[in-house]
Amino acid sequence: MESEVKLTKLANCAGCGAKVGAGVLAQLLGDLKVLRDPNLLVGFDRSDDASVYKITEDLALVQTVDFFPPIADDPYTFGQIAAANALSDVYAMGGEPKLALNIMAVPEKLPREAVHEILRGGYEKAYEAGAIITGGHSILDNEPKYGLAVTGFVHPDRVLTNSGARPGDVLILTKPLGIGILTTAAKVSLTSEEGMALAVKLMTTLNKTARDAMVRYRVHACTDVTGFGLLGHGVEMAEGSGAELHLDVGAVDLIPEALEFAKMGILPEGMYRNRSFAEPHVDPGETELAKQDMLYDPQTSGGLLMAVDPGDAEALMEELRSAVPSAQRIGTVRAYRGGKRIYLHP
Amino acid sequence: MIDARGQSCPIPVVMVQQEVKRTQPRELQVQVDSMVCVENISRYAALQGYAVTVDEDGGEYTMTLKK
Repeated sequence: MESEVKLTKLANCAGCGAKVGAGVLAQLLGDLKVLRDPNLLVGFDRSDDASVYKITEDLALVQTVDFFPPIADDPYTFGQIAAANALSDVYAMGGEPKLALNIMAVPEKLPREAVHEILRGGYEKAYEAGAIITGGHSILDNEPKYGLAVTGFVHPDRVLTNSGARPGDVLILTKPLGIGILTTAAKVSLTSEEGMALAVKLMTTLNKTARDAMVRYRVHACTDVTGFGLLGHGVEMAEGSGAELHLDVGAVDLIPEALEFAKMGILPEGMYRNRSFAEPHVDPGETELAKQDMLYDPQTSGGLLMAVDPGDAEALMEELRSAVPSAQRIGTVRAYRGGKRIYLHP
Repeated sequence: MIDARGQSCPIPVVMVQQEVKRTQPRELQVQVDSMVCVENISRYAALQGYAVTVDEDGGEYTMTLKK
């Protein structure tokens, strides 16, 4: 259903571009006391996608929360994107989402139908994921915001953190890059109809299928590529794993229209934040600036970045080719030699 | 002189693009108030073959694009 309300006009910052930068976040959390618990398998002392708490020998709880201002004008689409993005953090841990709570901020003047459409989009994605929305909380705010707090389950021995990558692993990315740039260009009506349709299709696609395929193979590490961009999340994976990543830039699927905008300087602020965080750890080699910018582009509801055992890489890719056609094999993990964490090979 | 202060990106870089397409200036001055705009406009200017100099004054930037 098309709505009269142009939601993005009410947003200061689009989608995951509104995320606080990785460097700033580390400072903000810096001196907070972290309590230890032997059952806390993944906590916020590590920069991972969700917390994981072991309940029994074969069951662990996965918890995450994500919300942001409108990234699409249509309320129903925005609701779908925000929900798909929030659910993704559970998939990135190898888990399955089960329960979700709405988090919502609405301007008093926003028509009731628009609010209802945002929620309808969220419910639909949650149900598609096999999760149930059981409640939530809403506040009044000049800028609309929507997202979910999601609880899921995973086997404690099958938790996929972003810090388990091993030398020799093959890196697979399941969605193309450039979503942040396309939505930024859309703010000044430059993005083509096809470009926006592609961005919406990508952002509303759950990472469920990619996760379901991934857990059947020896995947050692996984994260979803969202606000910090491929290189921001990649640096976290490399540092966490004590490894370095070698990316074959030519093999990364860069959305052609977004690349054109990158060349013209139509770039979101979040791209620069990601650059200032990750650039000291990246050796760009001969990679042209616009392509580098694409690798720093903040994604909303981006794909999964997996480090898979080389012995399983081809089999997993084969399965993804039919289930997740946008999946690409983009590089390899190597032992850390000191120095940079990511090397780009044009 | 384009005054793009107070405009959030990507509006300033689009203003520059429109001016360049319209008048093909050999020299163009732009005022902006964020580093993001400076970076975005620098990328576009480089693509169009302009050399760019930037003067900063209290959080405001005057960019000079020259061919």
